[in-house]
Amino acid sequence: MTDKPEHPGEPSITPNHRDYWRANLRLVLRCLAVWFFVSYGCGILFVDVLNQFRIGGFPLGFWFAQQGSILVFMAVIAYYARAMTRLDRAFDVDEE
Amino acid sequence: MALQTLIYLVVGASFLLYISIAIASRASSTGDFYVAGKGVHPVANGMATAADWMSAASFISMAGLIAYLGYDGAVYLMGWTGGYVLLALLLAPYLRKFGKFTVPEFIGDRYYSQSARIVAVICLIFISFTYVAGQMRGVGIVFSRFLEVDVTTGLLIGMAVVFFYAVLGGMKGITYTQVAQYCVLIFAYTVPAVFIALQMTGNPIPQLAFGSTLNDGSTYLLDHLDNLVTDLGFTAYTDGSKSTIDVFFITAALMVGTAGLPHVIVRFFTVPKVSDARRSAFWALVFIAILYTTAPAVGALARMNLIETVQTGPVGDPAGNLLFSERPEWFDTWAATGLITFEDKNEDGRVQYYNDANEAFAEQAAAYGWAGNELTVDRDILVLANPEIAGLPNWVIALVAAGGIAAALSTAAGLLLVISAAFSHDLLKSVFWKRISERGELLAGRCAAAVAVCMAGYLGYNPPGFVAQVVAFAFGLAAASLFPAILMGIFSKRMNREGAIAGMLTGLLFTLGYLVWFKGVIIEPMAADIPENWLFGISPEGIGAVGMLLNFAVAFSVSALTRPPPQPVQDMVESIRIPRGSTAARAH
Repeated sequence: MTDKPEHPGEPSITPNHRDYWRANLRLVLRCLAVWFFVSYGCGILFVDVLNQFRIGGFPLGFWFAQQGSILVFMAVIAYYARAMTRLDRAFDVDEE
Repeated sequence: MALQTLIYLVVGASFLLYISIAIASRASSTGDFYVAGKGVHPVANGMATAADWMSAASFISMAGLIAYLGYDGAVYLMGWTGGYVLLALLLAPYLRKFGKFTVPEFIGDRYYSQSARIVAVICLIFISFTYVAGQMRGVGIVFSRFLEVDVTTGLLIGMAVVFFYAVLGGMKGITYTQVAQYCVLIFAYTVPAVFIALQMTGNPIPQLAFGSTLNDGSTYLLDHLDNLVTDLGFTAYTDGSKSTIDVFFITAALMVGTAGLPHVIVRFFTVPKVSDARRSAFWALVFIAILYTTAPAVGALARMNLIETVQTGPVGDPAGNLLFSERPEWFDTWAATGLITFEDKNEDGRVQYYNDANEAFAEQAAAYGWAGNELTVDRDILVLANPEIAGLPNWVIALVAAGGIAAALSTAAGLLLVISAAFSHDLLKSVFWKRISERGELLAGRCAAAVAVCMAGYLGYNPPGFVAQVVAFAFGLAAASLFPAILMGIFSKRMNREGAIAGMLTGLLFTLGYLVWFKGVIIEPMAADIPENWLFGISPEGIGAVGMLLNFAVAFSVSALTRPPPQPVQDMVESIRIPRGSTAARAH
C-alpha cells in the first residue's frame, strides 16, 4: 500500500486513446440528452402539454414525472454500460 | 400473536441477522475497512448502494411527502434517481480506476494540493453529519412508536447495533449487512403497498394500481383523487403548486447532489473493475427504482385513504364528516406520539380536514359551517401508519417497523464510515501522521467510527434546528462543492489547483449563505422563506444547482488565468480515462 499516485507500465497518451475518449464523450452526450429530455423535458417543462394525453388513468406528463423518467434512467444506464464494454474492446483498452 | 410481541420478534431477528453477518465479514486490513478489499460483486454492491442510499427519509417520509405534494413530489422521485445516471456516466467508472480509498483523496491527488483535500474533507464532514443526524432521528421515531421505549433508549439500541458492525467490520461488514438490510426494507415497503393497491383497485402492482380504475370500475383513481382534493380546497393532485423554474432547479440540485454525496460515491470504489462500476450503478438504480416507483403509488393511495376515512359522505353535508367518537383505533395510537392532532374548532363532534389556507375556498367552507382545518397528520407517519389505516394483519405492521429501522441503520452506517475514513485517512494519515502503520491506521479508523457513532447519537438525541433542513443542506452543498470538483478533475485536463479550490469555496459559501439567509442556522433567518424573496424564484432546496453553475464559472475563469497542472497530474487524468490497468491499481 502506497500513497503515491502510480500507474506503472501504462503507455502515455496515444491517438487510439484520444479516439476512444472522443467516442466515449459522444456516447455520454447522447445518453445525457435522453436523460435530460425525459426528466426536465417531459416531466417538467412540457408537463402541461403532455398532461392533455393519457396513458391508462395517468395524465402523460404526470406519469413521466413520477414513473416514466425513472424507467428511462435505468434503460439509459443499461445502454451506456453495454455500449462502453463494446467500446473498451473495440479500442483495446478493456481490463483483461 | 399480540402485535407488540410480534414486533419485538421481527426486529430482534433482523438485528441478530445483521450482527452475525458483521462477525462473519470482519475487516482485517485498511483496504477491507475503507473499500471492502475491492472485491464486492457488482450486483451485491448495487444492493448495498441502494440500502446505503435509501435512508429513513426515503422509507418513512418520502411517500408521505408525495401524498401532500402531489405532482410536485416528482422533484424527489426524479432528483434522487436521476443522479445515478450522472454517477454512472460521469463519475463512478473513473473514480474506480483512480483506485484509492476516499473522495477527498481523489481531490487532493488530482489537484496536487493538501488544501484542496482539506476543503473536500470539510465539505464531506458537514454533509455527512447533517445527514446522519436525520437518520438517528428516524431510528428514534421508529423505536418510540413500535417498541414503545422512549426515544433515548431507542437511540442507544440503534447506536449499539451500528457501532458493532461499522466499527468491527468497516466497509466489508457494512456492505454485506446492507445487502441484508436492503432485502428487509424492500420487502417491508412493497408488501403493504401490494395489499393496499389490491384493496383499493383490485390491481396488485402498485405502479399500475394508481393509474387504474377504482374497485367499482367507475372512475380512474387519480381522477377521483383530483376531484376529492379540489372539493376540499387543495390543489389537484396531478397538478403542482410550485413554479416550473423551482421544480427544475430543485430536481437539478437533488440529482447533482446525489451524484456528489461521498457515501454514495465511495460505494463504487469497492467493486473489482471499472466495467463493474458501471454495471453496479445500473443495479443500484434498479434496486432503488423498486422503492421509488412504489412510493408515488403509496402516496396517492394513502392520501385517498386518509381523506375517505375522514370525509365519509358528500363534502358540505353536515353528516358528511367522520364523527370523532367513531374514530378508528390507529387515530389514538398515533395521537399518543403527538404526530396526529385533532381540535374540534366548530364543536360539531365531527372531523373536518380541508385546506384552510386557500382564501378562495374560505367562503365555501364557512357556508358549510366549518371553522378551520381540524386534523393535522404529520407526513412522516403515513408510511408507518398506512398498514394500520388499511387494517392490514399484524405481521405486516411488524415488518414495516423492521424495514424502517433497516433503512435508517444502513444509511447511518455508510455515512459513519465515510466520516471515519475522512478522519483516519485524509486527516490523520495524510496531514498529521504520515508514517502511521497500517495497523495503526485501522485502529484509528475504528476509533474515529466509534467517536462518530457517539456524536451522531448525540445529534439524534438533541437535534440542532437544521435537521429538518437536511435535504436542502446536504444535497445543496454536495451539488455546489464536491460534484463540480470531481467532474472537472476527470473531464478537464486543464483544470488546476487554483481553479478547483476557488470554485469549491465559491459554491460552498454561496450555497451556505443562501441557505442560512432563508433557513437560519445559529442566526435568525434574514428574510422570510417565501417565493417573493427568492433569487429568480428558486427556493433554498434548489439553490445548490445555482451554486454548481457558479462553481464551474469561477473554476474555469481562475484556471484560465493561472498555470496548467503539472505533467504527472495530466498523465494521471489520461490514465483514469482508460479502463485498462484497473486491476494493477487494485494490487497496490
